[in-house]
Amino acid sequence: MAHFRLKDAVHENRLFRQRILTSAAVVLALTLALVARLVYLQIFGHEHYAMLARDNRVKIAPLPPTRGLIYDRHGRILAENVPVYSLEIVPEQVEDMEATLARLQRLLAVTPEEIARFRQQLRRHRRFDSIPLKLHLSDAEVARFAARRPFFHGVDIHARLVRHYPYGELTSHVVGYVGSIDERELKRLDPAEYRGTTHIGKIGIERAYEDLLHGQAGYAEIETNARGRALRVLREVDPRPGADLHLGLDIDLQRLAYEGLGEHNGAVVAIEPASGQVLALVSKPGFDPNAFVYGIRRQEYQALQRSPDRPLFDRTLRGRYPPGSTIKPFVGLAGLEYGVIDAHREIFCPGYYQLPGVSHRYRDWKKWGHGRIDLKDAIAQSCDVYFYDLAHNLGIDRLHDFLDRFGFGRRTGIDLVGEKAGLLPSRDWKRKVFHQPWYPGETLIAGIGQGFLQVTPLQLARAVAALANRGRLIRPHVAAYQVSGERSAPLFPDPGEGRIALDPRHLHTIVDAMIAVVHGPRGTARRIGKDLDFLIAGKTGTAQVFTVKQDEEYRASKLAKELHDHALFIAFAPADHPRIAVAVIAEHAGHGGSVAAPIARRLILHHLNQP
Amino acid sequence: MNATLDTYSTPSRSLWLRLHIDPWLLGGLLLLAGTGLLILYSAGGGNPVLVYKQAARLGIAFTVMLALAQVHPRTLYRWSPYLYAVGIVLLVAVLGVGDVGKGARRWLDLGFVRFQPSEFVKIFTPMLVARFLAQQPLPPGLKTLAWAGLWIALPVLLIAKQPDLGTALLVATAGGAVVFYAGVSWRLLAVLAGTVLAALPVVWMLLHDYQRDRVLMFLNPEQDPLGRGYHTIQAKIAIGSGGLQGKGWLGGTQSHLEFLPEPHTDFIFAVLAEEFGLVGCTALLGLYLFIVGRGMAMALEAQDTFSRLLCGGLALTFFVYVFVNVGMVIGLLPVVGVPLPLVSYGGTSMVTLMAGFGIMMSLHTHRKLVPS
Repeated sequence: MAHFRLKDAVHENRLFRQRILTSAAVVLALTLALVARLVYLQIFGHEHYAMLARDNRVKIAPLPPTRGLIYDRHGRILAENVPVYSLEIVPEQVEDMEATLARLQRLLAVTPEEIARFRQQLRRHRRFDSIPLKLHLSDAEVARFAARRPFFHGVDIHARLVRHYPYGELTSHVVGYVGSIDERELKRLDPAEYRGTTHIGKIGIERAYEDLLHGQAGYAEIETNARGRALRVLREVDPRPGADLHLGLDIDLQRLAYEGLGEHNGAVVAIEPASGQVLALVSKPGFDPNAFVYGIRRQEYQALQRSPDRPLFDRTLRGRYPPGSTIKPFVGLAGLEYGVIDAHREIFCPGYYQLPGVSHRYRDWKKWGHGRIDLKDAIAQSCDVYFYDLAHNLGIDRLHDFLDRFGFGRRTGIDLVGEKAGLLPSRDWKRKVFHQPWYPGETLIAGIGQGFLQVTPLQLARAVAALANRGRLIRPHVAAYQVSGERSAPLFPDPGEGRIALDPRHLHTIVDAMIAVVHGPRGTARRIGKDLDFLIAGKTGTAQVFTVKQDEEYRASKLAKELHDHALFIAFAPADHPRIAVAVIAEHAGHGGSVAAPIARRLILHHLNQP
Repeated sequence: MNATLDTYSTPSRSLWLRLHIDPWLLGGLLLLAGTGLLILYSAGGGNPVLVYKQAARLGIAFTVMLALAQVHPRTLYRWSPYLYAVGIVLLVAVLGVGDVGKGARRWLDLGFVRFQPSEFVKIFTPMLVARFLAQQPLPPGLKTLAWAGLWIALPVLLIAKQPDLGTALLVATAGGAVVFYAGVSWRLLAVLAGTVLAALPVVWMLLHDYQRDRVLMFLNPEQDPLGRGYHTIQAKIAIGSGGLQGKGWLGGTQSHLEFLPEPHTDFIFAVLAEEFGLVGCTALLGLYLFIVGRGMAMALEAQDTFSRLLCGGLALTFFVYVFVNVGMVIGLLPVVGVPLPLVSYGGTSMVTLMAGFGIMMSLHTHRKLVPS
């Protein structure tokens, strides 16, 4: 074995020489294989591939579809496409881009932002594409440029369709807006369908129904020269325009609600109980959606973002408020259903409530108390003590289960994006989140719609609609039907989500009490009950934003506005055959009866007076 | 002292020898680089900036080559274990803190410079393996082979993990070529080939989805003509439509109409094929063959085992570059990201390649590593 350990130079040399020759042979063989393949492609396949190459010279140019329009329930247009004149540049045809831009800047007051945006687009597009520099040219600007057009090679004026929202801030959240497609969306989109499309729905209906509104892209087969420039169109496949959407929304109600809120921020939701169609969905303040369509200025956007009024925040879907006393009809119904109370039971309200063996006093809003009071009066006059007692007897478990059936603490499943679930507290929830047991006192304040309980205005409206429907829970939806070409199709033929099993007599009791809120002599909303030829069933609410300490008194005049109570009102009408259910929340507006209820009355009157 | 050793050669070649340049190799490489710039000008759509940048890179790469040619093989021999170790450490560092690009961790960012350690390893691995085998009696025994296999597998696996299959393949080739030249028996080679074949299903499972896609696409590119099979089909059209003589310089429609993706990097051969036809392709392949052949001839003339193995290994690796790239473009091999040497636009791998040629020149021109 030993001789293997030694290096044998002669043998190694021969071995290496042999290996080099072998590898050279392999290299040669492999190269010949490459050449053989090339011969196959370039000699035998030449004609076939040359033909394919000629076909390749036909370029497919996308034809973007026009976006579907959005109408309200009476056919008034909420989102339209308007032609605007834009100044566009074909980079390939411009000799000196910098000089051209400078001259245009002097001629047409092109802003630095527009220049920056143009440069960005310049990188993204090819040299023979037409790239917009300035949009929304005025007639004067069009004329001024037209006179000098011969001096601007490669610059021209084009008409483009641009989304416009005629009702501006009234529909900002619900209809939403379109904006330039961003990187994230680009990854998600089907590139074939969105070739040539520059804008996409960002929020609201525009986003939720993007697929319907967008339509289908068409294309043109264009013969190009060797540099890729279009020579002539060989064939065109027309794009299919997006479907038009008709909403259940009534822009008049929308305006009444928006303006009715006056100086207050807030949210108003009106639903047609039978169909689940949303009649009004107002989050105030709104903003001008048109500003977003062609790229909002950074400063403007920051102002919107930083505003303490939070105009970009959709209160109807995402705002979470304590429902306050508007929860009482539901708690009362729970009491009846579980047999904890009957309609005639009376309790004595001294103005405060105490749990057995606990010194803490849970106060009533009415300092001197309501005296002896039954369920109907307790709802009509919004007696807190009655509901402390009732909630205590129900317990949090039954209270949670019952409110859950009305959809509190859950998303309604509305046809919009970004809805919040609110919060319906339970023992389990508290253990999970706070690692603490549930305390009896927390049940009491939940019984008057305070504490952990949080609802969105939409949830509240839906729950009211369920009362109006005598127990049928619906899934609210903003869009009603779509029209594409000649064909129209309802979007939600069946809005129902099932029936909540309720004793009709119990419901009758609660509705009666809610009628007394508006029409009773001591109802908290009796001011809106006058001069009506139908009955409104309603309930006021005042939601505390902060807790008044035990030894302090709430004095609105002394408090900063941000700490004022929210005013709430829920209602449906006519009470016997409801056609509209409303939830109103006016932030920091104090008592529910004085600010929120009149808005509801106006909406109801307007809606019922329509044929 | 070297001068006295070098004076044995004929006076007419002494100038080249003194500069440690192999004129044949240099000539071939310069011709190739010039051709590359010509094709690149066309592939880049007549954009001179690409050409300037590439020319600058070529300048750097040739400088690196000439500089390395001055380094004595003895130094290379001594340093190879340390360089290899540094390479491995860098590869590990890449996996830990490397920059991510296109879904893979391949780069190290030192602030002033960003580089791929896997490029260094392309040189360091064959160097180490050549040194290791040169110390052993050849042909290598099983134990020696096992060690050599380990030295090769270590960087290959680290690079495959980035993942960068193309580079891993090239490093494996570089190491494997050295082992092949060391005279490993044909029977062992057959066993090895059998093992590789048997391991294919396992490799298949270890592959990333996109890598599997590429293999599937290679087998049937028409299956997804607008998606993943697009490269292959468009390249075939470009090549086939070139015919015997091509459409002439700057006359290729496929590449200029942006039908052919990556015309100036990995798929630049298709541009050549379209514009210069079979004639041009064969000429370029001939040029490559000349360079590889010259490298092998230099290996034959080398006077010690280390030089031979390394020189031969580098030459063969260079050919594999060409074969894999051209094979991929003309649809003989799956799409693996390997550039066409000295022609594809891009810098890092070019410098490594030229460094390899520098080493080959050094090995050839210094001749006597150990005075016999």
